[in-house]
Amino acid sequence: MPEARPINTTVNGEVVQTAVEPRLLLSDFLRDRLLLTATKVGCEHGVCGACSVLLDGELVRSCLLFATQVHGHEVVTLEGLREISRVRELMAGLSEHHGLQCGFCTPGIVVAAWAYLRDGGPPDPSAFREYISGNLCRCTGYEGLVEAVCSLAVKGAPAP
Amino acid sequence: MTLAPVRHHRWVGSAVTRKEDDELLTGTRPFVADIRDGTELHAHVLRSFAPHARISAVDVTPAREATGVHAVLTAADLPQPVRRIPLRLWPLDGVDRALQPVLAVDRVRYVGEPVALIVADSRYIAEDAAELIEIDYDFLDPVIGLDHATQSNAIELHDHVDRNVAGTVSVGIGDVDAAMRDAHIVASGRFRVNRHSGVPLETRGLVAHFDSNIGHLWVWGPTKVAHFNRIALADLLDLDLERIHFIEPAVGGGFGVRGEFYPEDYLIPYASVVLGRRVAWQEDRSESFLATNHSREQLHDAQLAVDADGRIGALSVRGANSMGGYVRSHGATVATMSAIMFPGPYPVQNYSCDIDCVLENKTPTGTYRGPGRFETNFVRERLVDMAARALDLDPAEMRRQNYIRSDQMPYDFGIDVRMAELHVHQRYDSGDYVRQLDDTLAAADYAGLKARRSILRAEGRCAGIGLASFVEKSGIGSWEYGRVEILPGSGEVLVFTGLAGVGQGIETSMAQIAADELGVDLARVRVVHGDTDVVPRGLGSFASRGTMLGGGAVYLAARRAASAAREIAASALGVGDGDIYFDGSSYGGGAQSISIEEVASLAGETHISDVGIRRGLCGEAIYESEDLGYPYGTHLVFIEIDRGTGVIDIGRYVMSYDVGVAVNPMLVRGQLIGGLAQGLGGALLEEFGYDSDGQPQFASFAEYLMPTATDMPDVEIIVTEHAPSPVHPLGLKGAGEGGAVAAAAALANAVSDATGVDVFELPLTPGRVLDLLARSALHSEDS
Repeated sequence: MPEARPINTTVNGEVVQTAVEPRLLLSDFLRDRLLLTATKVGCEHGVCGACSVLLDGELVRSCLLFATQVHGHEVVTLEGLREISRVRELMAGLSEHHGLQCGFCTPGIVVAAWAYLRDGGPPDPSAFREYISGNLCRCTGYEGLVEAVCSLAVKGAPAP
Repeated sequence: MTLAPVRHHRWVGSAVTRKEDDELLTGTRPFVADIRDGTELHAHVLRSFAPHARISAVDVTPAREATGVHAVLTAADLPQPVRRIPLRLWPLDGVDRALQPVLAVDRVRYVGEPVALIVADSRYIAEDAAELIEIDYDFLDPVIGLDHATQSNAIELHDHVDRNVAGTVSVGIGDVDAAMRDAHIVASGRFRVNRHSGVPLETRGLVAHFDSNIGHLWVWGPTKVAHFNRIALADLLDLDLERIHFIEPAVGGGFGVRGEFYPEDYLIPYASVVLGRRVAWQEDRSESFLATNHSREQLHDAQLAVDADGRIGALSVRGANSMGGYVRSHGATVATMSAIMFPGPYPVQNYSCDIDCVLENKTPTGTYRGPGRFETNFVRERLVDMAARALDLDPAEMRRQNYIRSDQMPYDFGIDVRMAELHVHQRYDSGDYVRQLDDTLAAADYAGLKARRSILRAEGRCAGIGLASFVEKSGIGSWEYGRVEILPGSGEVLVFTGLAGVGQGIETSMAQIAADELGVDLARVRVVHGDTDVVPRGLGSFASRGTMLGGGAVYLAARRAASAAREIAASALGVGDGDIYFDGSSYGGGAQSISIEEVASLAGETHISDVGIRRGLCGEAIYESEDLGYPYGTHLVFIEIDRGTGVIDIGRYVMSYDVGVAVNPMLVRGQLIGGLAQGLGGALLEEFGYDSDGQPQFASFAEYLMPTATDMPDVEIIVTEHAPSPVHPLGLKGAGEGGAVAAAAALANAVSDATGVDVFELPLTPGRVLDLLARSALHSEDS
């Protein structure tokens, strides 16, 4: 068995110093080692987006990264976002517009949609659909999700 | 008769937001893969890479000896005879000769078939160990293709299953031969429906924990038909039912494919029992593609006889439903649903349908949202359009003049199917199909669309309109369980339902029904499901039965609890039953009042069979029904095809659906649009294709394409309540499947209209559409 490599990373604002197998996926590291199970795994080949997290603020698929790759970097998962008031608004909006059903894709979508809103994404359904096409939802047909986010997005709003 | 002077708020009919949402949005509600306590071992299934082979030798020693491996099981290590997956539904004569063993014994019959189970300290170690297992396969010619499988030169996949036909479902009424002879026109074709399936975003998983000290087995993960599966597992493991406790976690979509009994539903609990350890298992996506039920693959030779005025005289179908390498828990369900639903909204009096259940070396199949209807709506609505075209009739007119009329309801087809204790009799309960069509055409501005089509065609563009009408079925019985408790102290209302939650919102809809019957605020009500310790029985969530059957049981149970509460309150206040009123939290009578919590305390204790002592007010009920509810609707689509790429652009999509009575209109709409997304996927994108060697052509989501946010058109959804169900106390019908079942039919008709070439095959990929365009060019050259 390959030797564990030491990593020093920050996850949801907390420093994590540990050692991991080189082949340990970031998604498994977050879920199994750090018990941050809000992030879901839907395909492990980078298409469905359920595993979406933020790496140094950028939206990434944690199933396509190794834990070793976040050494020296900052990871934020849904657990680190859910107290932010704008994220709470997003969650309320999703519920109001019936933008979720089984909820499995939802954490990945909340992370991705939050990044869209944070970065001033326009309240334009076409633009948001294009953006969120990297997240699969099998239940809702996306309608409620698009309505929810577009009703929250305000053109040119500064990131909170 | 008691009337509350304060009229309570009506919850049924309200688009309330869901109780489920908070925990799902914050990611705090556990799915089965989130249930980990650090003590579990991890299981991995080694699967066959051969579509058809004899297993001549198996060597698991290197795997067993690897560090971190606790067990490696093959068929030889299991209790003998190796258990087979039991039939749950529609046990057609003969299908039990092709049941699947929980691990392959001496032959594999599809790529993905479980051959061994490895249990190790981690999933990574288990997968490493799987690679150390050596299996000698003697490859056999694969049996691929519904046409080929039944030929005499195809190998028989199972003993005593001639020509790979496990059984044939046959339905017949009237005199089809005579009607065909008398026909003015017979529209006919050989129709192929693509193999595809539910593909929920969460893959299948289980956690099993056997405590050998007390001989008790917990299993997290079962859903859909948990009570049936618990009984099945008890039987297969030879364990007393009372020792097995199933718990349903959050479930990431079902669509028919999750929750049936699979090999792993035996293997994982068995491993836990044998090792005396908690064992966790989660399939990954590439396994799920191979291992979770496929569906939809059918081949039909179908004919529609029509008179000179366009009246339908007869429908005749000779078809095949692909079962895959084995017959799984669904038995002949899909073939049976196809046979009974084929006529759709038309009063076909001469009808014959024979569907073979055909085995081939592919993943076994089962039901997927609207089983038999996605397929048959496609075939039937194509035939209707073909007949309309031959007679130069507008497709809308063709349908309008043929529909069963509302004054003919209830319409009894005289179609009756029985297998063992299962029975279905086709009698449409209510419906106004003409009105539905007219509503759809008006909303779509049909005349305007036809004008637009003409303009585009004059410019040389390839535009088309497609219509499809359908009747759905819901509420298959024949019973469901409900219990309503009002707790002393808190006055909280607990609603126990035998239904399963797969994402459709039962914790909200069932609460709405209970809150109405009790006259309480929705916030007071909490729904409990999936825990077999407190929900002792149930049939589960499938076939859009939840609202009708589960709702019926909750309705009855809530009425019993309310009635018991009134009686106790009246007695406590010293007034008669008729002098009492309830304002949502207290009962009043005379000058006094008593809170519902106090009434619940006075109720004392109730013994509930197979549950135990429950404190407070209790109302328990079994709702029974043999009658189905039949919702219905029409889809209309306007498309333009890019002649260069074959890509279909959907310019307008209008979908109407009559739900009888909607418990929660927002949830109904969600089901319809979610279903439509799956229907569009099946019509345009999704296929589990196999090459002629039986090798799957779908390893990932890069090959099996599912609709993304950019694939969905803007959809106008018209939900109506014109035809409540007379067979249900609240008039309810189901809405779970209707969105999925007509998209392929409507799109196929639109593409046929646009290209002038009949569509007989799905999916309508750009390549297939380009072929149609090429043939259309040939036609116009000839003419």
